[in-house]
Amino acid sequence: MENQRLIISLLVNNESGVLTRISGLFARRGFNIDSLSVGETENPRISRITIQAAGDEYVRSQIMHQLGKLHDVKKVALMDAAQTVLRELLLVKVHANPDTRGQVLDAVTVFRAKVIDLTPTTMTMELTGECTKLDAFITYLDPLGIIEVCRTGVTAIGRGDYVLKTNEEE
Amino acid sequence: MKLSGAQVLMEIFKEQQVDTVFGYPGGAVLNIYDEIYKSSDWLKHIITCHEQGASHAADGYARATGKTGVVLATSGPGATNLVTGIATAYLDSTPMVAITGNVACSLIGRDSFQEVDIKGITMPITKHNFMVKDVTRLADTLREAFSIATSDRPGPVLVDIPKDVQIATCAFTPAKGAQAPKVPALDAAMLAQAEKLIREAKRPFLYVGGGVQIAGAGDLLIKLAETIGAPIGASMMGLATVPHRHPLFLGMTGMHGRYAASIALDKSDLIIAVGTRFSDRATGNKQEFSKNHKVLHIDIDPAEISKNIPAYVALVADVKLALTALIDAELPHSAPEWLAEVQALKAAPDNHLSMDASILNPELVLRAANQRLPQDSPVATDVGQHQMWVAQYYHFQKPRTFITSGGLGTMGFGMGAAMGACIGSGLKKTLLITSDGSFHMNMNELATAVANRLPLIILVLNNSVLGMVRQWQTMFYDKRYSNTTMNRPTDYCLLAQAFGAKGLRLETLDKMDSVLDKAFSLPGPVVVDVRINRDEMVLPMIPPNGTIKEMILRG
Repeated sequence: MENQRLIISLLVNNESGVLTRISGLFARRGFNIDSLSVGETENPRISRITIQAAGDEYVRSQIMHQLGKLHDVKKVALMDAAQTVLRELLLVKVHANPDTRGQVLDAVTVFRAKVIDLTPTTMTMELTGECTKLDAFITYLDPLGIIEVCRTGVTAIGRGDYVLKTNEEE
Repeated sequence: MKLSGAQVLMEIFKEQQVDTVFGYPGGAVLNIYDEIYKSSDWLKHIITCHEQGASHAADGYARATGKTGVVLATSGPGATNLVTGIATAYLDSTPMVAITGNVACSLIGRDSFQEVDIKGITMPITKHNFMVKDVTRLADTLREAFSIATSDRPGPVLVDIPKDVQIATCAFTPAKGAQAPKVPALDAAMLAQAEKLIREAKRPFLYVGGGVQIAGAGDLLIKLAETIGAPIGASMMGLATVPHRHPLFLGMTGMHGRYAASIALDKSDLIIAVGTRFSDRATGNKQEFSKNHKVLHIDIDPAEISKNIPAYVALVADVKLALTALIDAELPHSAPEWLAEVQALKAAPDNHLSMDASILNPELVLRAANQRLPQDSPVATDVGQHQMWVAQYYHFQKPRTFITSGGLGTMGFGMGAAMGACIGSGLKKTLLITSDGSFHMNMNELATAVANRLPLIILVLNNSVLGMVRQWQTMFYDKRYSNTTMNRPTDYCLLAQAFGAKGLRLETLDKMDSVLDKAFSLPGPVVVDVRINRDEMVLPMIPPNGTIKEMILRG
């Protein structure tokens, strides 16, 4: 069976140790996390976690069920890519002097990135979008000399009426 | 009414009808022990020799009674000593609440004396765990802990209570009355598919796991088996759920399963697996196991479905509910040829292989002990060859009488577990079958058994080797007996006496009846040193990851 990209959204109790429970579960069962992002929701007692992972049908099923068993997990949903808006934030710093800035700025224009810091020798940009767009931006910048890359990991929200609710709320 | 955290704990024990706690005092639980001192009229506290023994005792107590086992330990080493016991309970789905003290909140995170992150340590071996830093949250957290431990698939829950939280006071409101746990309804569509599968099956096989015993559904399982004409096999955790004498019962399947049970399972066209998780010890080679039959998997835990063996149809449900629905479905009886074939397998000579009856051997000893012990008495074991021999030769007739560490395979489990089961059973005569290897791990608890005058009979099947490991070394490592031949001159009779117990020695077959009669007639703990041949094997054996075709019947 082939590996698929899995985008998993979780609503969890906003308590200490929750992230350890979740990352520990992945580590112990031998599943990889490609990216993970977390933050408080509209309800301060609940945090929302978005995990990007990869796996076949077996791994998908086990991840979903094992996550569902964690007491602090109040909802676990596999996000349907077609019905989900995915975004990631990238901060990237490159070598750029007055002679090479032009090339970087071309990419900034095309990718609709934003310059957020400038020194005589460096430029720092931010870019939001789907992972593939961020990847393409990095690929373009790579030969120019990347100094630092920071990515937040994917976060995801359902389109339209698709709203994640805890099992109690449903 | 204002209560201290330690007093809140006592109130919750009352609410949860906890009357027995196993534990060991220490600096970080002094306030709790002070309240235990004042609660002696309704709360029995059993102090063990080591926290590990206490954790196994709480586990044995829970397995024998179906109630939640409670264990209490201090911070640091007290807490870490519980770890093996908690993991044992986790793997076998025992409801347990472990309470640990910790250093005061202001000292947490500073590597204080006897400070350890027991919440972090036990995360992967508990259903859930808590550290309570606010006394006003203590009562509800403890209630939640008991609820989690017993609901759905049971398991251990740990609550870590810093010392200052035990001292701090708050208003206490008694619970409004226990809420009945939610039982998820049966999925009608899946039930219809399950019924269809059974209707179409010509050779159904009922495979019973520990979940049936936990659900108290042994009688329902038998009823279904009789209705559809299916033989019954059990995983080790499923033993004792169905009386051994039942004509449809074939015994244990798996690596050391009985011949008839394993062959019948292999020849079946539908395995109805109830409350079981298809451990590797139960299935052998998973690809081969899944061939030629469909699997109908019934379990309360959705994560177990298709985890190890793909299910053709699954019912995620309380076993009682699912079995009742299937019984009510008026399913047809299997063809008479199937049961005839099963009975022929049951009668086959290969299903009745015996050890050399001219010498003292484990089979004879276990059968003799079986005859002497009442059917409703608990039988605990440690882990290794002796455990498999019990699973094979001891004929359990009543649920919750077989107390053994299945999933984790914990050597040293037996002493604590036997004590807990004995106390839980209301001090019924309790049998511990162990070995020289396992007994040496936690024999210190003999002191606890003596102090509490427990009616414990401890049969040490003594072969002076680590028998199970030796068996594998014989079979798969060209007889290189690395570190399995013990040169321990332990005198079990003197040892028993030193602890204040009775000690007996059984060396030859002609003395077996008289020594066992003596052992069973003594009131208190008695240790019987049973000398057996070190080359005695556990057979049949299907090699690890092997198939039914590779079953080894004779040594």
